[in-house]
Amino acid sequence: MSKPLLALLLLLLVGPSLAWSAEAPAAAGTEAAHEGEAAAHVDWHSWHAGNEVSNLSSLQRGARNFFAYCASCHSLKYMRYSRMAEDLKISTEQLQQHILPPDARAADYIVGGLNPTDAVAWFGKEPPDLSLITRARHGGVDYVYRFLKTFYVDPARATNTNNLQLAGAAMPAILSDLGGVQEAVFTDVENVVDGKTVTVKVFSHFETTTPGLMTPVQFDAFVRDTVNFLDYVGEPTQVVRREIGVWVVLFLLALTWMAWLLKKDYWKDVH
Amino acid sequence: MTDAGVVADDAAVDLSRRKFLTVATSATAAVGVVVAATPFVASWKPSERARAMGAPLDFDLSKLQPGQLVTVVWRKQPIYIVSRPNELVGKLSANDASLKDPQSAASDQPEYAKNVMRSRRADLLVLVGTCTHLGCLPKQRFEPGDATLGADWPGGFFCPCHGSRFDLAGRVFAGSPASTNLRIPPYIINGNTLTIGVDGAAGAA
Amino acid sequence: MAAAGETNRGGFRVWLNKRLPVDKFVSDQLLEYYAPKNFNIWYFFGSLALVVLVIQLLSGIFLTMFYKVGESTAFDSIEFIRREIEYGWLIQYIHSTGASAFFIVVYLHMFRALLYGSYKAPRELLWIFGMLIYLALMAEAFMGYVLPWGNMSYWGAQVIVNLFSTIPVFGPGLVEWIRGDYGIADATLNRFFALHVVAVPLAIILLVTLHLVALRQVGSNNPDGIEIKENKGADGKPVDGIPFHPYYTIKDIVGVGVFLVLFCIVVFFVPTFGGLFLEVPNFDPANPLSTPEHIAPSWYFTPFYAILRAVPDQKLGALLMLLSVVAWFFLPWLDRSPVKSMRYRGWWCRGFLAMFVISFLALMYLGLAPAEGIYVTLARIFSVSYFAFFVLMPFYTRWDRVKPVPQRVTFHHE
Repeated sequence: MSKPLLALLLLLLVGPSLAWSAEAPAAAGTEAAHEGEAAAHVDWHSWHAGNEVSNLSSLQRGARNFFAYCASCHSLKYMRYSRMAEDLKISTEQLQQHILPPDARAADYIVGGLNPTDAVAWFGKEPPDLSLITRARHGGVDYVYRFLKTFYVDPARATNTNNLQLAGAAMPAILSDLGGVQEAVFTDVENVVDGKTVTVKVFSHFETTTPGLMTPVQFDAFVRDTVNFLDYVGEPTQVVRREIGVWVVLFLLALTWMAWLLKKDYWKDVH
Repeated sequence: MTDAGVVADDAAVDLSRRKFLTVATSATAAVGVVVAATPFVASWKPSERARAMGAPLDFDLSKLQPGQLVTVVWRKQPIYIVSRPNELVGKLSANDASLKDPQSAASDQPEYAKNVMRSRRADLLVLVGTCTHLGCLPKQRFEPGDATLGADWPGGFFCPCHGSRFDLAGRVFAGSPASTNLRIPPYIINGNTLTIGVDGAAGAA
Repeated sequence: MAAAGETNRGGFRVWLNKRLPVDKFVSDQLLEYYAPKNFNIWYFFGSLALVVLVIQLLSGIFLTMFYKVGESTAFDSIEFIRREIEYGWLIQYIHSTGASAFFIVVYLHMFRALLYGSYKAPRELLWIFGMLIYLALMAEAFMGYVLPWGNMSYWGAQVIVNLFSTIPVFGPGLVEWIRGDYGIADATLNRFFALHVVAVPLAIILLVTLHLVALRQVGSNNPDGIEIKENKGADGKPVDGIPFHPYYTIKDIVGVGVFLVLFCIVVFFVPTFGGLFLEVPNFDPANPLSTPEHIAPSWYFTPFYAILRAVPDQKLGALLMLLSVVAWFFLPWLDRSPVKSMRYRGWWCRGFLAMFVISFLALMYLGLAPAEGIYVTLARIFSVSYFAFFVLMPFYTRWDRVKPVPQRVTFHHE
């Protein structure tokens, strides 16, 4: 009885391992070896958002952050203000006073903000809708978390900024007044590729040139809350999904057990 | 029945245990099926989009001319907003004898419309423009003594599909195929704004 | 015969059976249909495949009630279903999980046939019908994946439809005919919708019916590969057989229970399954100007995709990919072993089968990985070993030293 079950469970374990190891080359990005060399190299690839979508107060803070800093350019076109207010337990007054734009109704989708023509003129592209951003990037919430925390000064670019997670990002460092302005220090690393020695610039660490209004710990919590909110927006039903799932699986286990007892009883007949 | 590969034990204990297990498993499975069907059935309920589009509708009363009927759509239904001449409202009680439901006992309206004039304000009639017979849109015949409806026609609505007639409060005349008065939707009036779809000060329909 | 004391129900039953052979059907298919008593775990997957088919039909029909086909509305309508239809998210996840579950079940079902020689005479036609179902399933899954009109939907369709251009002479024209436009477009989406919702499901239901009729005609094989009908008892029933009902109805119900537990664990807790069942690029809408970093079909196609990419020539690669699927059709005739089941075959057959399974799984992994470096070399090696299973089969099945096949099935009373 245990052998077949083991085989099926193994199948369930093989699957995700297959996916994650197959995805690893893609998520590594375009840098060459970033491990090894000096211990000073900050491994930003290992940063995790560590958010909890069931944490309501974190989601509320995240919503506040989003509407204060992001909503002027980014839409959440699949989410209604009213749905968000209901799920996050935001009162009608709070919604009206702090979140709803003057010409919007509570049942409207969260759109508006930046005019697309202006956006293209100023940034070269339209700011993407963020409804599904945590589902549409490899690394999910961690990708967005790392994106928001790895902006650095780059004089070579029109926005004076660049980003480690998304090299060449068109977005400026919107959160720099909170998190501070930082420069990225790269060190030269020599790699041997096809018998030739190639010098590659590898990210080492950040240096804060102008501190932000928040301490690093506060800013980290700020980003986590915001990412948490985007995680919720990506799939608003996820908490309910898991809650229902527990009951469904327990019920099915009980039902299967009963059917199994019945099967054993009938099969006593068989010799 | 003896099967070659099967030797049945005919002990009564075995059979009753078997029956118990069969009933228990079947009953649990039946519960499971009902629960599993629920999401599929529930998916047919109006979507969030339908409910959002069915949100209360505002109408600016200052745009309404005296004696005019304006039609708006709320929750996919035509809503008639009528500016009723006051002198005709006073004559509404005279119709009572020829009406099927003069007190609106069997008809569908909010509490504040369960009166002779079937509205919050005498000069304003708000009703659902759907004939209570089979759903056509009744046409306005506000002029008393209409050519086709007869000299003693007091003014009201006439449904062209099967000939139901209603007075200026939407109450159905005897002899009509329809049996109840035209329905009144929930609404409130705030100054010059009529909001269809809410009852009371802060309530939502 | 309705006796004086019988209820109306007895009378109704007589009335019904004069007009529709209900009792006969139940008797023939369930009560008097004798199946071998030694079925093991590998024999669950046929009934499970039927269960998954029903799940997909039910969830699919309900999705069609809310899905809006069209390149400007499809993607939005999927999010609409997930967010604004009550339990829409559940119906959608059931359908996406069901697609992958279908292939897991079907691959295990096919593997059983390889293990026990279930494709060998007199079951060749049963096998052919099964393979046709598999082809229909692949078409159904491919077209279904295009419907959400995500970025992987678009680019996956682009790549696979372009494969048809490798066909000599007719290729390029055929591709344009399939697409209905100069690139994957609204026309393509619309026709895939019609085929996915109506045509191919009808074909699958027809083929499944034929598959079951063929099965009933010859009777099930079993892990020992013995034909139970050749050994009948005094009552005319196979000595190694048991009536399908109640023994296999209840046993299959247990199988369904275990399956549903695993299925629901995925649906409710890991519906994306690490990006394997719902792929990351598909959460972005289709963008003809932006190719995903790694275009790969869904995991159930990747073994064949790996073979396609392993070959440096596009035309030859496409041909070999086609052959890698078509080869399965010929198994009943490639297999020259006098014995059906692996239990009584020797180490040649077992070795090649093991190598085939490893190759298949390796190719599945490699198809998901980028076509770079060592992955390319490995894909070539495993493509060779994959084909070797078929190409060399007429030889190693005859070289193989078989063991004596017993008269009676191996059955251990629990």
